[in-house]
Amino acid sequence: MEEMKDIVLEYVINEYLEDEDEELSYDTPLISGGIVDSFSMVSLKRFLENKYKISIPDDKATPEAFDSVTKICTLVNEFLN
Amino acid sequence: MAYSDKIRGIYNESLNEIREKGIFKQERFIHSSQAADIEVEFPTGSELKKVINMCANNYLGLSSHPDVIKAAHEGLDTRGYGMSSVRFICGTQDIHRELEKKVTEFLGTEDTILFPSCMDANAGVFEAILTKDDVMISDRLVHASIIDGIRLAPAEHDTFKHSDMAHLEQKLQLHADKRHKVVITDGVFSMDGDTAKLDEMVALCEKYDAMLFVDESHSSGFIGKTGRGTHEKCGVMGKIDIITTTFGKALGGASGGCVSGRKELVEMCRQKARPYLFSNTIAPVVVSGVNTVLDILSKSTERRDKLEKNTEFWRKGLTEAGFVLKEGDTPIVPVMLFNAKLSQDFSKDLYNEGIYAIGFFFPVVPQGQARIRTQISAGHEMHHLEKALEAFIKVGKKYDILGKTKQEIIAMYGK
Repeated sequence: MEEMKDIVLEYVINEYLEDEDEELSYDTPLISGGIVDSFSMVSLKRFLENKYKISIPDDKATPEAFDSVTKICTLVNEFLN
Repeated sequence: MAYSDKIRGIYNESLNEIREKGIFKQERFIHSSQAADIEVEFPTGSELKKVINMCANNYLGLSSHPDVIKAAHEGLDTRGYGMSSVRFICGTQDIHRELEKKVTEFLGTEDTILFPSCMDANAGVFEAILTKDDVMISDRLVHASIIDGIRLAPAEHDTFKHSDMAHLEQKLQLHADKRHKVVITDGVFSMDGDTAKLDEMVALCEKYDAMLFVDESHSSGFIGKTGRGTHEKCGVMGKIDIITTTFGKALGGASGGCVSGRKELVEMCRQKARPYLFSNTIAPVVVSGVNTVLDILSKSTERRDKLEKNTEFWRKGLTEAGFVLKEGDTPIVPVMLFNAKLSQDFSKDLYNEGIYAIGFFFPVVPQGQARIRTQISAGHEMHHLEKALEAFIKVGKKYDILGKTKQEIIAMYGK
């Protein structure tokens, strides 16, 4: 889980952070905190599906489920198991 | 009564929440025509105050130009006040098609279709030309109206970091399996005043077989050597597949907008775009005015040249005074204050000094990037800009931000 968190965190930092001063932790609110807009979730979902060879149904890929690195990893684990 | 106290209470609660967040918008009544000098009633009920307008989209100073007003009168006299119809029933006059042809020639495209506004053009275009097999890849800072249009379209949507061409290329590769790919950007970004790298974007679109969409609302009439827009500035006239723009800013400032570009895409809009099909035609008085605006701009570049000089003076003055600006060379010059309350207080103090400029903060701009957005016009004379600069420096000194870096201002006032 920790390794996955680091991979997802690194992806989110590279993909979404614009401001070099901004800091991000596993539990930083991504969507409700305005870091990731709901449109941009598309590439995050594609990344997770390709990386972990899973398929996340659209009804599970909600803004709530994608709102932090921890929550994202919980979701990915559901489909891995 | 259906509108019960309970319903009223819920709405009042929502409005109070907006007030508590400090984002309640209050209109200021202007008692004059749009110009560099305006008379404003603010707060409501107070005496009129003469101020210099530093926040209008009146880039070329044509909103109250005598030739445009005369043309509008002629349009009113010869074609009437309204058409009481959508375009395709009985709402298309000769002057509507004349304007479409003139816009096509001005922008260097294949064809043009008028919309009641550019908001409507952006809301309608993607749904009209895309299906679920397609993808829209947009810059993360595109205008809100484009975002609304994207939401209405059946195609998939992804974004790229603002003006980051490497990131855009990654996205074009990621979505290589889609039928159509449309890259979406503003020509000039309305909040930051920077310009899209259209030359690089055209090259990427050619490489990955994608279409390019550009909203030129803050560019048409004054960006590029003859004011045709960002595509002229970047040397890619004729290579943009879809341009949307407005007649509500530099091009007379009244209302109306258009989609201009590849003829098949324009025709698809004429057949399918809902804001075109289901809303009224642009009033003849506006069409006549815009026709004359384009005549004025096709004859001479005097106004955009003056705007360029005014912009240089303004940027140089603010920079030398020690303000933090967003970099760029367009007439949109954002003075960065970072803190929302500071932007509101600064705007209020400017108003007391006779300068009308508005503070913008989250959610209009990203969190921690509050600013005063100034907009320069060819209608400004040097004395207007000198007085405005004097006021900015006075207020800047009051808040001790002159010569301070972004980090220092944030350390003083917070984000």
